[in-house]
Amino acid sequence: MDVVIWSRIQFAMTAAYHWLFVPLTLGLALVMAVMETLYVVKKDEFWKKAAQFWMKLFAINFAVGIATGIILEFEFGTNWSNYSWFVGDMFGAPLAIEGILAFFMEATFFAVMFFGWKKVSPRFHLASTWLTGIGATISAYWILVANGWMQNPVGTTFNPDTVRSEMASAAAFWEVVTNPVAVSKFCHSVTSGWVTGGIFVVGVSAWYLLKNRHLEFARKSMLVGAIVGLVGSGAVMLSGDSSGVHAAEFQPMKLAAAEGLMDGGNGAAFTIVPGIQVPHMLSLLATHDWNGFVPGINDILKGYTDKDGNWVPSVAEKMKRGRTALDALEVYRKTDDPMVKELARTTYLEPNVQYMGYGHLEKPEDVVPPVAVVFWAFRFMIGLGMLIALVLLLALIAIWKDKLGSWKWLLWAAIVCIPLAYLTGQCGWIVAEVGRQPWTIQGLLPVNVAISSLSAGAVKTTFFVFLAVFALFLVIEIRILLRAIRKGPEVELFEA
Amino acid sequence: MASIGRIFTFFRTLYRDGFRNMTWGWPLVGLILLKLFILFAILRVFFFKPAMRGLTPEEKSERVGAALTTKHKPDTLNLLTE
Repeated sequence: MDVVIWSRIQFAMTAAYHWLFVPLTLGLALVMAVMETLYVVKKDEFWKKAAQFWMKLFAINFAVGIATGIILEFEFGTNWSNYSWFVGDMFGAPLAIEGILAFFMEATFFAVMFFGWKKVSPRFHLASTWLTGIGATISAYWILVANGWMQNPVGTTFNPDTVRSEMASAAAFWEVVTNPVAVSKFCHSVTSGWVTGGIFVVGVSAWYLLKNRHLEFARKSMLVGAIVGLVGSGAVMLSGDSSGVHAAEFQPMKLAAAEGLMDGGNGAAFTIVPGIQVPHMLSLLATHDWNGFVPGINDILKGYTDKDGNWVPSVAEKMKRGRTALDALEVYRKTDDPMVKELARTTYLEPNVQYMGYGHLEKPEDVVPPVAVVFWAFRFMIGLGMLIALVLLLALIAIWKDKLGSWKWLLWAAIVCIPLAYLTGQCGWIVAEVGRQPWTIQGLLPVNVAISSLSAGAVKTTFFVFLAVFALFLVIEIRILLRAIRKGPEVELFEA
Repeated sequence: MASIGRIFTFFRTLYRDGFRNMTWGWPLVGLILLKLFILFAILRVFFFKPAMRGLTPEEKSERVGAALTTKHKPDTLNLLTE
């Protein structure tokens, strides 16, 4: 395997590892904030103890997850230095805001949340708990603004002098911040975190019920977890619909790969699994039109007319225009003649710059991502997501009908759904990130150009170092987490 | 200024008393410190040196510009000879 593959594997592993901690942080933050709100509103000590227990698990998850995102930034600088320079202006701003915001919100409200039970009023403490969760959520937004820009690079212009994508104005920054892909990605990711947090609480509560321990705590926690998880599931479906529409608009190849759709058309069917299709459903989901046109892989390769009647060039044509842009960039950078420079920029580079990345491709088929991986990851994501939503709904019904004692199978299902929720989230990211290959930045920069001049051996070494370190920390976290769960909610917490 | 001083004192006391009274949280603090040490004192120093460290912005532009224009296959249109 070459350096590009090793660097991609390393980045994928680091991102997947980071995403083990983020969803539970987002989900548990909401659960404990709801519980503490119940404590403040009802003045019931039970909810305080319940909130404190889930805060303890939140803290363990947070402690192991902290700084795992920083490793991604190391990799940007070492493995993906061309990319880092190319996007510096655009990528740096959201990440800097995220870093500063996360630091200040976490350093203040997180501390009040854990150390301040006897130092501040209940309402101030409640505000701190909510703000800890809100701070984590806002942090996620800035990360996804950066990621969303890579999927749909809006608001920036390529500067041939600096070889960077730059934001020219405050309006451009606003365009980046409100990028529809970033917004739907944010909603989808955060609400999937609520589902993870919800099923985690339901699953742990189910374990207490099976063990006949902490019964009141488990039943009430399960109720809150199931409601948070179900609200999250509904929001995940809505934001998933929006993500599908945006994929159809901005990354049709990703959608075609996720559907394994070779030849598209009007009234396209949605494939549940190979051989079982729902007529017109893909058109409805992708275009919100029963007979809307959805391009397949071959249509995208050959060129097609989109739903608005505009001609989308073939990949071969985009490659030709991309090479023209790169030729022009080369001329622009080599010549000292101002007139030639201006001609290269205005006549050849700027009209073709949106296809610049295509100039690096060797053949049109290079734009097709690994279809089988994306296709099945998409199906696992949807299937497991629906299974989890069903278990959450059944948990609510069981609480309502007082069947928790007799529906043991449901309690086991809830426990099994905890790892499945993580698998669902990872599948979602596989669809999003493998589905956009070969691009680091859609249409502008393919992975083989984004890479630094490194040897595969160097990346391989760090990959295995990371693997060992990550595995060690993961084992430690799971052990601490399980020990805390076994101990149960009666433990006094941070009583300062 | 007085209110800023009060806020500073509040957080100083909060952290001080919080850490003093911490029980099961210590292993987590140890874990965080160990991880930060591995990240910044080992991985960052020995394995993750920024590829363009020490270059000026102009040199970075030059390097990335060269990577963009030399990794592609030139098209039949060659502006240099036109």
